[in-house]
Parts: sequence; structure tokens; C-alpha cells
Amino acid sequence: MKIFFRLLIFMCSFSLFAQDYFPSNSGVIAKNSNYTAFTNATIYVSPSEVISNGTLLIRKGKVVNVGKSVSIPDNTTVVDLDGKTIYPSFIDLYTTFGVKKPKRSGNGPRYGPSRSGYYWNDHVMPEQDVMASFEYDQKAASEMHKLGFGVVNTHMPDGIVRGTGALIALNNDADNSLRVVDGEVSQHFSFSKSVRSRQSYPSSIMGSMALLRQMYNDANWYAAGNVDTRDLSLEALNENTGLLQIFEANSRANVMRADKVGDESNVQYTILAGGDEYERINDIKSTNATLILPINFQLAYDVENPFLANSLSLSDMRSWNQEPHNPRLLAENGVPFVLTTHGLKSKKSFKSNLMKAIESGLSKEKALEALTVLPASLLGKSNLLGTLKSGSYANFLITDGDIFDKKTKLYENWVQGTPHVIENMSTTNIDGDYSFKLSGKDYTLSVKNSTSKPSATLESGTTNFTTKMSYANDWVNLTFKTADSTSKEYIRIAASAASGNSLNGKAIMPNGNTTSFYAAKKSSEQTKKDSNGKKDKSLSEPYMSPITYPNIAYGFEDKPKSETLLFKNATVWTNEDAGVLKNIDVLVKDGKISEIGKDLSGRNAKVIDATGKHITAGIIDEHSHIGAASINEGGQNSSAEVTIEDVIDDEDIDLYRNLAGGVTSIQILHGSANPIGGRSAIIKLKWGESADNLVYNNSPKFIKFALGENVKQSRSTSNMRFPKSRMGVEQVFIDYFTRAKAYDEKKKSGQPYREDTEMEVLAEILNGERFISCHSYVQSEINMLMKVAEKFDFRINTFTHILEGYKVADKMKEHGVGGSTFSDWWAYKYEVNDAIPYNAAIMHKVGVVTAINSDDAEMSRRLNQEAAKAIKYGGVSEEDALKMVTLNPAKLLHLDDRVGSIKEGKDADIVLWSNHPLSIYAKAEKTIIEGVTYFDIDRDKQMREAIKKEKSALINLMLQDKNKGLKTQPVKKKEKELLHCDSMD
Amino acid sequence: MKKLQNIFILFTLVCYSLGFAQQTPAPQQGRDIAIMGATAHIGDGSVIENSIIVMSNGKISRVLDGSQNNAMTLQAMDVIDAKGQHVYPGFIVANGTLGLVEVDAVKASNDLSELGAFNPHIRSIIAYNSESKIVESMRPNGVLLGQVVPRGGRIAGTSSVVQYDAWNWEDAVVQMDNGIHMNWPSSFSRGRWWLGEDPGLKPNKDYAKEVKELHDYFNESKSYNKGNKPEVHLPFEALAGLFDGTKRLYINANDEKSITDAVNFAKTQGVEHITIVGGYEAHKVTSFLKNNNVSVFLRRVHTRPNNEDDDYDLPFKLAKHLVDAGVLVALEPSGQMERMNSRNLPFYAGTTVAYGLSKEQALQLITINPAKILGIDDRFGTLEVGKSATLFISEGDALDMRTNKVTHAFIDGRKLSLETHQTELAKRYSDKYGIND
Repeated sequence: MKIFFRLLIFMCSFSLFAQDYFPSNSGVIAKNSNYTAFTNATIYVSPSEVISNGTLLIRKGKVVNVGKSVSIPDNTTVVDLDGKTIYPSFIDLYTTFGVKKPKRSGNGPRYGPSRSGYYWNDHVMPEQDVMASFEYDQKAASEMHKLGFGVVNTHMPDGIVRGTGALIALNNDADNSLRVVDGEVSQHFSFSKSVRSRQSYPSSIMGSMALLRQMYNDANWYAAGNVDTRDLSLEALNENTGLLQIFEANSRANVMRADKVGDESNVQYTILAGGDEYERINDIKSTNATLILPINFQLAYDVENPFLANSLSLSDMRSWNQEPHNPRLLAENGVPFVLTTHGLKSKKSFKSNLMKAIESGLSKEKALEALTVLPASLLGKSNLLGTLKSGSYANFLITDGDIFDKKTKLYENWVQGTPHVIENMSTTNIDGDYSFKLSGKDYTLSVKNSTSKPSATLESGTTNFTTKMSYANDWVNLTFKTADSTSKEYIRIAASAASGNSLNGKAIMPNGNTTSFYAAKKSSEQTKKDSNGKKDKSLSEPYMSPITYPNIAYGFEDKPKSETLLFKNATVWTNEDAGVLKNIDVLVKDGKISEIGKDLSGRNAKVIDATGKHITAGIIDEHSHIGAASINEGGQNSSAEVTIEDVIDDEDIDLYRNLAGGVTSIQILHGSANPIGGRSAIIKLKWGESADNLVYNNSPKFIKFALGENVKQSRSTSNMRFPKSRMGVEQVFIDYFTRAKAYDEKKKSGQPYREDTEMEVLAEILNGERFISCHSYVQSEINMLMKVAEKFDFRINTFTHILEGYKVADKMKEHGVGGSTFSDWWAYKYEVNDAIPYNAAIMHKVGVVTAINSDDAEMSRRLNQEAAKAIKYGGVSEEDALKMVTLNPAKLLHLDDRVGSIKEGKDADIVLWSNHPLSIYAKAEKTIIEGVTYFDIDRDKQMREAIKKEKSALINLMLQDKNKGLKTQPVKKKEKELLHCDSMD
Repeated sequence: MKKLQNIFILFTLVCYSLGFAQQTPAPQQGRDIAIMGATAHIGDGSVIENSIIVMSNGKISRVLDGSQNNAMTLQAMDVIDAKGQHVYPGFIVANGTLGLVEVDAVKASNDLSELGAFNPHIRSIIAYNSESKIVESMRPNGVLLGQVVPRGGRIAGTSSVVQYDAWNWEDAVVQMDNGIHMNWPSSFSRGRWWLGEDPGLKPNKDYAKEVKELHDYFNESKSYNKGNKPEVHLPFEALAGLFDGTKRLYINANDEKSITDAVNFAKTQGVEHITIVGGYEAHKVTSFLKNNNVSVFLRRVHTRPNNEDDDYDLPFKLAKHLVDAGVLVALEPSGQMERMNSRNLPFYAGTTVAYGLSKEQALQLITINPAKILGIDDRFGTLEVGKSATLFISEGDALDMRTNKVTHAFIDGRKLSLETHQTELAKRYSDKYGIND
């Protein structure tokens, strides 16, 4: 009743102070300027300021005063909150509250924009205003109220640039004039395209990154008044710069990528994280970004069936085990974050997941900060939100205790002075056991959840009775069947609980007789015993799997270090004039090959007996697609602006498997979806290091070009992208290089120019600063590209695949281009009809620098064997064959001064083989990069054992979860797509 | 079309006019041929250093240890001095698809599978292209025989075994229509992303239903074949051989549970000859396989492990596990670019040596073991007197690419051309550049 009254007061008042100047035709304009005071409460004014026995005074939706002794004006309604606690209500920075997700429009690619007057790419929509599609959702608001939220930031979850977000108070009794705290408070970004446009570009994350960079360039160019036409998108983007810039990244790796783009464009994003940031916490810290942290922790997998459980990867199992520790670890490392309900399949699980994070060590103060003051300050609304200081909104929660305790009840959630009742706080809690006598029998009644969903069980001696119970306004109604099991007769009881420790009323017997009813509450000691036992359990630290680098199977708990190593008595394939040296020692020191000779002495070196074994330079794969999150940006016929360095995946198990095959360096090439592809990443397989640390220092600059069937989309059913023939491919190159030349000339002339990454990259080629590795098959196109290059006065560096290289080897030699080919692949498509396994041998004999590459995660771990095929097919010498996978690719990559041979002073990137390195019987026993042993066949065996142990420990924990009755999820099988040139993402 | 034909004829003429005999199947063996002095890898695990092998009328007529027995007339024989070289029985591609697809990405050249799920009556031999350029590229590596297997659906069809030097499929066949190929229902299925489901792999909800479907199909087929067949049912007709023991059932299954379920299914249905194809987890159920007399066509050795956590070398060492446990194992090549890659079969076997087997054990995985499973071991698979003279000579160890250099190859005693489309191009361009050795 009290509540209803209060509600009424506030409902009236809001329609007034929000809309002062609106006419009223439904009655007189009556303003309510009364105060409400909440007294005797524990008040969290802010996470760090707690007042016990305090008073909170509010008026017109705002806090007037808060403190221990607050003077209460006469026109005040006083609410006594003795024993209760008041918190500022929570803020969720990342929701789509009141916004409907747009529907996907049509199928099939489209290569141009569908709009005009806006940016050339449909997926860039900074002009999008969330208010245009916002509709207040009472139901969703009520759901958020139950979790303690009072204010949410909402946006349109669609597109790469998504436009402005709005801050909404979840005030169910007001209208938007009051609820909309700020209609333009944030600007939103993601890597995902809009579902409303079919514009093909960008088709990959690296494309999205390049697009964002170019967009910022263009915005600056536009702002400086260099553009004659209107671009409403760029205008909006420039206007929105003062807002909170929020980026939806959704994973650790993407947090790094988003921050990288931001840094280059002088924007510090606040980033929606993925929950796996603990895996490389130092990298995350280095971004200086505030994270918006989801707590959608995974359910345990259902591992009861051992066959299915067998398919579960250690990394997935670890995610389940480790994710709840993410907030704690971020807090411990000083990474600022706010918490969000985003990503929760059921919003209801917010509290239980939050409790999980706290059980995993997140402090309650941090949790409260992350839900109140921190989001408020990010939004620039600290004066209005996040605390209960005078002047801020009367947005607060009333609880019966510590809000971060499992059992604590949230009674009311006030937003802008409007109460939203979650649980009736005037309802007396009557939980407990009661005993009563009826018709000479002793009964025990147990009441549970009386203030929310009351239920009761009734027993007499050993008999249990089916019981229905209701409880409202201090009255208990109870119905149960009589003890006679054959009859269907009921006893009804109505009793008042007003006294607090007994139930008084009457019982109506099946025969219609009424007798008085009295049930006394038992002392609560017995029930306490149980809960004490439980508490002890929850206090024990939950088990956490070790975090490894990378955090998957075969990752390192401690990263291996560079060592001084002395290999004794080996057969050494130098790849130098010295040829193959027998019974020789090799000293590795400070990451370099320090000495090669007979009887070298140790000097603190770790000595490795290499008798009967072989040492070669580490294998270099000129053409690889492992270790990358995406390979192709095929949304346009040129994508020089993208770079694989943006999308290196440092936790690809194939990196490790390649090490086990003696591979130390690879060029991760862009795919072959378009004539001008993207820039390469040339990396060392330093397993355990994070993506950026894999890339070569001062890496030579490369770009992938492609010719033939793939770029002309021969097997595509919808052929809408130029070119569709080899004739067109040539014109694409001529067009782009012509424009790049003009661009470069303008730039060099000192005139103002629009900075265009694509043109910058192509100009680097023209200036000899960047090298082309071109995917190529048939002789006509190989010849063509050399002619195009010669026309623009540069040289192609490498033809990769180059399966008809043997037909134009003389021309290649003359041009000065190298060939990096497959050993024996053919017959997989029409343009490889004339591919022959003798190709490498013929190119080599004609004098072309020839390498053998993989383009395949499986073959790359046996490249030494592929090299040996050049002996079989074409009679290349053994030493020359080995060079095809070591020194020659190093030459093609302009790395031969650092790697590719066993020479004093070069990087200690070497492999210890069990047998002749070109033989099918050889195994890599140690693979060393810069003196660090990244693969060791004995250590690998130990890791296998450790993985087995850890997995069975985690399976046990999951079974425990299931046995506790917790929800589980079905096992999923982790899969990694085998990426090739043709992979379309 | 006419034009194309002309071009083709012209092209062929050019090839011939250059004088490179290729593709033409070899004529029947005339005089006896003796291979003297080579290390003979018999295929049953034994080796004869300095051997004498004589081929007469397409058959092996003598296998002798040259160091003990030199009393032999070499008159009227062609003699091949193979001192320091190696002789092997012709390698056999189990679960092969050579001749069914010419160019993977060209749909018009693809005859690998038929429409529908239950196609036991489909016969792969019909589409086998004996003149495939990929088939001829097998011979220079010692790969001389293989199974021709249809793919796709629940029951893909019926396979035959061929030799790789023939005018046409009738000429090529060495064992007709003796295998039925089945794909066991998968344990995992993919979510339908277009309906908003998670596209990841989840346990297959329809597994039980799909297995029952197979049982029903086999039961119906048995009933049909017992009756007087008032109406002909071609698919059921084709399954009859499984129940009377004349055909072998090949079941593609990889995980432990699928393998077990598949074998139990076949046993329940009274199938006598059972082979598991793939068998990635067959090493976990070796005694079960052995007790049930089930052989395994082990999946391509040169593949990546199925699961992130698996030993990096698991695909390399699976053969060793199975052989040690006494399971009859042959290697199969299925996977990406499997046809052109079938010529790497010897190196798949070589890899199993690096990971535990002896060279002679590894050799059996591609000779006598597949011959036994395919039911051709009476004629092929070892160098034994009375068997077909289907063998080759390599300069060195044929299981290692470093030393595999085939100098002679014979099928039924017929001396094969080792030229191919590829050697011909190599010669043409080496001549152009003047780089011939």
C-alpha cells in the first residue's frame, strides 16, 4: 500500500518537472516538490565512501543531500531503512537496449556503395543516430532493474562505424524527455560489416582495419576543406570526435587490433573485450585502454560421455576454468575496466557470473567501481551518475545487505527518483521451521523463499504431505492433503504472520469444522549448521589451470630463453662455400651462430652431443598461410592497403607443428582473391611470443600479387568484379601503377595530397622499397607481369607457385625474378595442367633463384622432404636441394644476410636432425631460433604427459559442476580451417 | 568442339613427332626377363640381397638368392643388370580414386560420386579413365595398382581394382566389383548458421536415427535377396555379395566410438569381410579390431593431427601402433589433391619408418597388406614365384624420395613406359635451354 502510494506521487510528479512548458488537458497542472528521505540505512555514496546509519534525501529525481545528519524539511516523506543498504545503481556502457537488430538484406556480393552523399563504403555510418530507431522497452528495463542497473548506454549494433549511442535512464514511469540522459554520448565501432548492405568490402578483419585507417585519413582531409563535394558520413565522424569512442572487439586479439588502429589515428577507444584478456595481460595493459568487460563465463562442458569429451580441446576447457579470473587478473594488473551484461545469453545470469568473478578474487570495491563510478566518469557524467552525491540522479538500490553476496535481496531499484520494486521490502521474512499440532498430530512446517517465491514442505513423523502455500500481506494460506492417502481431502489453513515468530489463525478441516491454528517458529540454530558448512566450501580457492604462452596445448608456462649452446661432432650443412662439414662443432651464443670449427670448447655452454646427427639452417617457407586470422581481402580487385601483420594469430597450433618440422621463418602471404593482394607478414616462429613480436625486426616489405583463375573468379557463380579474364588482369596492374606514379609525383612535388594507403604501398613498389611475391601459374601471365613491371621500371621479386616457370625460365632469369614453387603439386585445377615436378630443377639449372614452398600447413612441416623431391625429379644436387628451403627463400625474402645458412654472425636459427635432413627418415629434434630452443623433441614428450594430466583434472572439475546440478553445455569440437590461397576470409 | 578436337589431335601429333613414347600400354611379355643382382624386397618382410628374379609369360617364375645359386641359363632371356639397385612388388593404392577425376576444380572432369545416399549398385569401374594423365604419373614412382573407389553419400557404391597400364577399363581391371563403400554416420554435426545456429561442431543428434536407417536398409536387402525377387531392386541386388562373402564392406570411420559402432553394425548384419577406412582412432581399439578380424585402410600419413592437443606426429605413428597390435593395415591417400598425391604413397610408407616401423614392415603397408584386403594377394603384393610379374626396379630405397628413382617397371611382365606428360614437357624445355645432363 505504502509502495503504491509512493508510486502514485512520483508518477504525477514526473509528468510535470520533465515537461514544464507542455500544456495539460487532463487536469490541473499540479507540481510535486516534496522531499523523500531514506533514513537509518548503510549508504554507499560511492564505492569508497560508506555511511552507516545515514540519511539520503531526494527531491525531483535528484539527490539533495546525503550524510549522517541530514536536516529533513517538513514536506518530507520519510522511509525508514533500518538494516538496509543503499547503493548507487549500476550503469551498463554496452547495450542495445530499445534497439531492434536490423535484418540481413539479400545475398550475393556488390562492389559499390548503395548510398550517395555518404562515405564510399556502406559499412561506415558515423551519421547513424541511435535515437532514430530507439523505442523504450519496459520489459527489458524491468529485467535490467532486477540486476541493479539504472542507466544504460545503447547503440545500433550494426556496421563498422555505427554512429552515436545514447544514454538512457531506465525510468519506467517517465517518457523519453526525461529518460534520455544524453542522446549523443558515444560513438561506436566494430570490425563487422553492416547486415543491411551487401557491399563486399571489407571481407576480412584486416580490411576493416585498413578501412578505418583510411576513413580517419579522409576525415582529416575533408575537415581541412579539400573536398568539393559533401560527405555526410565524414562530417558526422568529425562532429563525433568529442564523444566516448567505443569499439566492439570481442576478443583479446581484437582488443589489440582495435587499439592499434586507434593509436595510429590518435583515438583512444574504450574497448568491449572478449573475456580472454588474461592470456596476455601485459599486452592488454600496454594499450592503456579502458575495457568494457563481459562476464559471460562459459558453462562446464558435459563430459559424461568420454568419447565426446575426447573431442574437447585443452584450450576450450581452460577457457571455462580461467575466464572467471579475468576481472581479478585485470584489476591486479591495473587495467581499468567496467562491467557489462553484453554477451550474456540470459541476462539473469549476470549476478551469478559476477559472484563467480568475486569468488575468483575480484574485490567487491572494484566490482562496484566497475559498475558505477568508472562508467560514469567515462561518459563524462560523474556529476549525475555513479555516486549518490548531492546533485546526482536519485539512482539507487535498496538491499538487505552486501549487494555482492549471493543471498542478498534487492528490494527496490530507484531511477531518477522513481522506485521500481523488485521485492516487497515490507514483507516480513518468515523463512524457517514451524511446529504445530492438529487433531492430535505433531507437524513440522518448513517455509522457504517467503519474500520472493514462497514454498513450504510439511511432514508429520515420516509422512510428507503435498503442500501448497501462498504468502502475501502478512497472511499465510496453506493447503495440504490429509494423511489418509486414499482420500482426496484437504485441510486448509489461514494464519497471520504479523507477530514475526509464529503463525496464528485457523484450520478448516475436510468436514468443514474449523479449529484454531498456532504454529511456533523453531530456533534457527539447526538451519544455520547447514549454511555454515557450505560457506567453508565456497571459501576454498577455486582451482585454476596454469596460463601458458600461448594459452593452448604445448604453450609454455615459462617462455624459453636464449642459451649458449655447443653442438659437438655434428654433420653441418653450411649452405656456404664450405659445403657439408663432418664431425664439426657449432657454438651458439647471444642468439647468433658464434663459431663453427673442430673441438670448440664450452665456456658455460650447454653441450649437446650431435654425433651422427645433422645441423642445417632453419627451414624458411616463402609461402605460408598459417598463424593468421584472415588471409584474403577479396572485397576489391586491389587491397594493397591491408596487411597480414594486422591479423597474425599467435596461438595457432600449426606454428608449433611447423617448428616440429624444422621451420623457423615463414612469409604469411595474403591470399589470391585479387590481382593486387595485401602486404605480407614475415615472421619467425617464436612460439609463445605475442603476434607483434613474431614479426622480423626491420622486416623487408612484401606484397602479394596474384594472377589467373582465382583473381578472375573463374569458379564464382556471380561474376561481377573486374577483371574476369587474363586480359583484364593486365589492365588492373597498368591502371593502378599509373595512378600510383601520379600520386607519388604529386606527393614528392610538395603539393597537398590526400593520403591514400593503397597508393602509398604501390608507390613503395615503384620506388623499389617493397617487393612483389606474385601467385602465378601459366607462362602467358608470368610473361605479362614482367612486362608490366619493366614498363614501370621496377622488377618483380618473386613468382610464387610459378608452376609453368620452367617454360619461361630464361625470361625470368633475364628479368631477375626468383621462383618459389611446389615440389610436385598439379591436377587440382585447369591452370596447373602443365605443372611438372621438374619445374624447380629446370628453373634452378637455368639460373633462377629457386625455392620450394608449401602454401599448406601440412606440407610445410615436411619441406625438407619436398626439397628432396628436386633430387628425384631433375637431379638437383643434395646441397642445392636443401638450399631451396633455406638459403634460397632467405634470398628471395632479402633475409640472407641474417638467416638461411650456418655462418658465423648469422642468427642462430638452426635445426638438429636425427638423420640426413633430406631423407624421409629425418626428424627435427631441436628447432632453435636466435638461440632459443622453441622445439625440443624430449620436452614435447613431457608436454604430452602434462596435457593429459591437466585435461583429466579439468574433466573432473566439470563433472563436479554437473553433479552439483549446475547447467552444462554440450561438447564442441574445436576446428581450425586449413587456410590456402583460396580461403575467402 | 570440333576445333578443340583438332587442336588435341595436333597436340598429340606434336608429342609423337617429338619421339616421346608415352601413354601407350606396353605389349605382352615376349622373352623371359631376368633381373640380376638387385636387393629384392619380397613384400612378406624378407629381403634377398643380390637376387635373381625371372619373369616368364607375365609371371614370376624364379626368385633366387644370387649369392647361393648362379647355375642358371640366361640364354633367350633379356637380362637387366640391377646390381646395387632394389626390386619391389608394385605398390598398391588402397581406397584410391585415380581415373575418376582428372582436374579437381573442373566439374566436367569429375565422376567421383552419384546423387543420392544409398548407391551400392553404382560401379566405379565404369568411369575409370585408363588414359588419365594422372594415372600414368604413378608409374615412375612404383605405384602400379589401385582400387577405384566411388565417394559420397551413405553407401557410395561398388569398387574394383585396376592396374595402371591399360587401354580401357576392361583391360585395366584385375578384380571386378568386390568392395562396397560406406560412410559411417558422423558423431558430430554442424549447426545451420543460416538459421542462426552456432556453426561449430556439436554432437550429432541424429546419430541413432542414421544408424537405424542403415540397419533397416541392410535388413530389407537381406530379405530381398532371400526371396524370389518379384521386382528387381538394383541397390539391394548389389549388397548381396556382402552377405555371401564375395564382397568386402569398407566403412569410413575415424573416431573410437564410430569404429566400434561400425564394426558391431557389420557383424550384426552378418558381413564377413570388414575394413575400416580412415581409422584415426583405430589405435584405441586394436584388440577389438583384431578379435573381429577387421583390417584398416589407414588415413593419409601426411596429414595434420585432427585435434589441437594431439601429438604433432600422431598421423605419422598410427601405423606403428596398429602393426604392433597385429592389425592388418594398408595406407590410403584420401584427402586434398589425393589423386595426384597418390604417387607419394611410397613416402607415406617411408614416414611410418621414421616413426617406428621397419622398412620391410612399412613396405607391406603398400604391397601385400592391401593385396590381402583387396583379395588380390594370390596374384599381387609380393615377389613370389607364380604371382604376377608386377614389380619395379629403383636405383635406391624406394620409400625415400631422396633415393626413389625407378628405372624399370613391369605389370604382368609387360615393360612399362616411364614417360609421362610431365617427363615429356620436362624434356622439351630442358632441350630448349640446353640443360639436359
